[in-house]
Order: sequence, then structure tokens, then C-alpha cells
Amino acid sequence: MTQARKLTTPLDDAAIAALHAGDRVSLSGVIYTARDAAHQRIIECLKRGEQPPIPIEGQVIYYVGPSPTPPGRPIGSAGPTTSYRMDPYTPQLLKLGLKATIGKGPRSAEVAEAMRRCRAVYLAAVGGAAALIASTVRECEILAYPDLGPEAVRRLVVEDFPAIVANDIYGGDVYRM
Amino acid sequence: MKRTVEFETIAEAVADAAVDAAFNLPPDVLAGIERARGRETSATAREILDALIENARIARENRMPLCQDCGLAVFFVRLGSEVGIEGGGLADAINEGVRRGYERGYLRKSTVRDPLRRVNTGDNTPAVIHCEPVGGDELTIGFMAKGGGCENMSLVKMLTPAHGRSGVIDLVTETVRLAGGNPCPPIIVGVGIGGTFELAAQIAKKSLLRRLDQHSPDPELAALEEEMLARINALGIGPQGLGGDTTALAVHVETAPCHIASLPVGINIECHSHRTRMIEL
Repeated sequence: MTQARKLTTPLDDAAIAALHAGDRVSLSGVIYTARDAAHQRIIECLKRGEQPPIPIEGQVIYYVGPSPTPPGRPIGSAGPTTSYRMDPYTPQLLKLGLKATIGKGPRSAEVAEAMRRCRAVYLAAVGGAAALIASTVRECEILAYPDLGPEAVRRLVVEDFPAIVANDIYGGDVYRM
Repeated sequence: MKRTVEFETIAEAVADAAVDAAFNLPPDVLAGIERARGRETSATAREILDALIENARIARENRMPLCQDCGLAVFFVRLGSEVGIEGGGLADAINEGVRRGYERGYLRKSTVRDPLRRVNTGDNTPAVIHCEPVGGDELTIGFMAKGGGCENMSLVKMLTPAHGRSGVIDLVTETVRLAGGNPCPPIIVGVGIGGTFELAAQIAKKSLLRRLDQHSPDPELAALEEEMLARINALGIGPQGLGGDTTALAVHVETAPCHIASLPVGINIECHSHRTRMIEL
């Protein structure tokens, strides 16, 4: 088992280039959450030529809809949701400089190709390890679309969030290894 | 002689079951994951199974949901003809229990009112309730919190009698292969064989209420379960689809009489975060 590589957001091309499919990473810093409905709205927002509610360039989007925050904790349980549902939206965000997405399960060939072209990675977190992952979240704040409830866009501050590099910029894919 | 059960008794029992299931992985499922961990030959797979065991501990100790997807609330009820419910209807009592449990436990509400307009109902109701009328004074409520990721990988297929046993095994294996890492393996596979189009799906889901290590009482079906489990685990999908020996923890088969022309097969995929409770009132 390899030692986890420390990563701090935002991510630059050098950090991305050092990652290979199968690497363990331990991610710290600010990440943003968005899943199905939020992606739809962000893409519509871009279509209208408006500024999206989160910065995209150099950033990381985590596909999660956390459970409600109980008293005394920064966030509820917060494991990854299945990523393929976000595939239709992802290439456009990668083009705008998104450097990493976090979810579970394989991505489409189109997304894998877009990651190569745009120099971005896809990180797999352990699906269903939601209480464990929540223990790495230090802060959580709703930034946009509060009407979407669990699907609202959030800004998280994480410390040593565990993940595996699933797709790298060299065509490596842990789901096909 | 009628036996009376209070609306409140049902609502509170359901609320407690929903909260308890969300925080506490059943011992049989945890034991199944630990057994798989012991046998697993892939280092990555062992690492993931360890994370799941650790997650179950954190969820239990911190009273946090095992998974942020706290599921759609599904119930299998056996209602005796000699049972009367006082203070309201059975479906209302169950829905009230869901409402209270999901609120009290800070569980995620994942139900939208309409599949196309997609507005969240805000309290995780309405529940899906399957009710079987039986004789006597029994009231048994089986509860399952069914996650969306694994449910999406499920299937009903109308095979023909010529497909037979091997056709069913092939279909189940192929369905799991195509699902890959999406349904959060290690999975539990519920297989409903026979009945009608809708019954095959229903008994596939109902089979998931069994304890993990509980085989079909029919020795032939128990052998079929074992054979399908071996075929599935030979796929090498592994925990989270990242390779390994542990793709499924169990396969449960339920059957029902069917039409002479049909061989319906329902395949309901369940993730490792297997949240079920049996309520006997």
C-alpha cells in the first residue's frame, strides 16, 4: 500500500501532473459540493453568460448531498454520490479550468478524454464511508441554491480527506486496470 | 377476537427503526464485511473494507448516518385480519413514523414529490408500502432504507421458460457486471424469480430483508444462491469497483408461481450500507 500523497487546494497543473491512477491522496483545503440539480443550474447559468456561484478555475468539486447537520457538528454524513450522472456536465466545467472532481464509480470515455485534454483528475472516495469522510470536514457553508436542500452548493474546508486517483491525465483509469 | 394496535405505537416504532437503522449497521452485515476482509487478496480492496468497518464504528459512536443517502423508506407489512388500528390508518401511521424518524435523526430526505418536476417533499414521505393481508393477529413491519445509487442498477427482465436456471444466472451476473462500481460494492443481490412483471421486482426487494447469512430454506434455491454468489465474485469488480474478490456479500433468491409462458426475473441491488429492521407489534 502506497503512502497517501498530500494535496492542498486550489490545484495547479504541476500538482495534477504528479498524480497517477491508483495513487492515494489526502486532500486539504477548500472544496465545493454540487450534484445533479446544482450541476444543471450551474450549466444553465453559464449558458446565460452569467458568473457561476462558485469559482471553477483550479478548484475541486465534490459530488455529495450531505445529510442534515446535527447540533454540534460542522456537517452531517457526507460520502460521495455516483459520478456518471454528472458526466454530461463535466467536460464544460473542465474546459473552464476545474482541476478535480470527487465521487464514486467510473466516468464516461468523454469525461476521461476531457480530463486528459484539460489536465484534470477524477478522485474516487469510498462510497458509503459517509460518517468517516464527514470526520475530515472542518467547515461547511451553503453558497447557493439553498432551495435544493441536500443538493445545495456548499463550500467545505476539509483536512486529510481520503481518496484514490481514479483517472489521471495520462489515460490511467483504476476502473479499467 | 380483534387485537388493537395504536396509531402512535406504530408511528413511534417506525421512527425508532428508521433512526436506529441509519446509525447502526446490522451485526450480520458487519460480520459479513469482516469475513470478506479476512479472505480478500487485493490490498486496495482490504483498505476499502477496513474503511467500511471504521465507518460503521464512527456512525455508531457519533450517531451519524452510515451513508448520507438515508434512502427512500420502503416497508413490507404483514397485517393480520384480526388486527385493528386505532387512531388512524396504517399507511398514515407508517408515514408519520418516517416523518418523525427522519427529522429526529437528522437523516437526509431524499424523496421528490413528482419524478419529472422533482421537488423534495421535505420529510422523506411518502414511504413505499407493500402490505400483505394475512390471517391471525400478526402485525409485522419490515423496514428498509433503500439508497438511490444501488437501486438505479436494478432490473426487471421477462425471460422465457427456455432460458431456465442458467439463463437466470447469466442475467444476474451480467447485471452485476454492467453495474460495476456504481452501486457501491460489496453489494447484496436480491433476485426475484417468477410471479408477474411487478411481483418479480417486489420479491427481489423483499428477499433483502433476510439476514445476510440466511439462505433460502429450499436447498435447490440455496445452491442457486451460492452458485450466483461465486459467479459474481469471480467477476473481480471488488469493493467500490476497484478490483478484488469481494463484489457481493450475499445473493438472496425468492420465487413465486408464474405463467406457463413466462420466466420473470427481478434483480434488486443493495449496497453494503444495508439498513433494514424488522418491527413486530
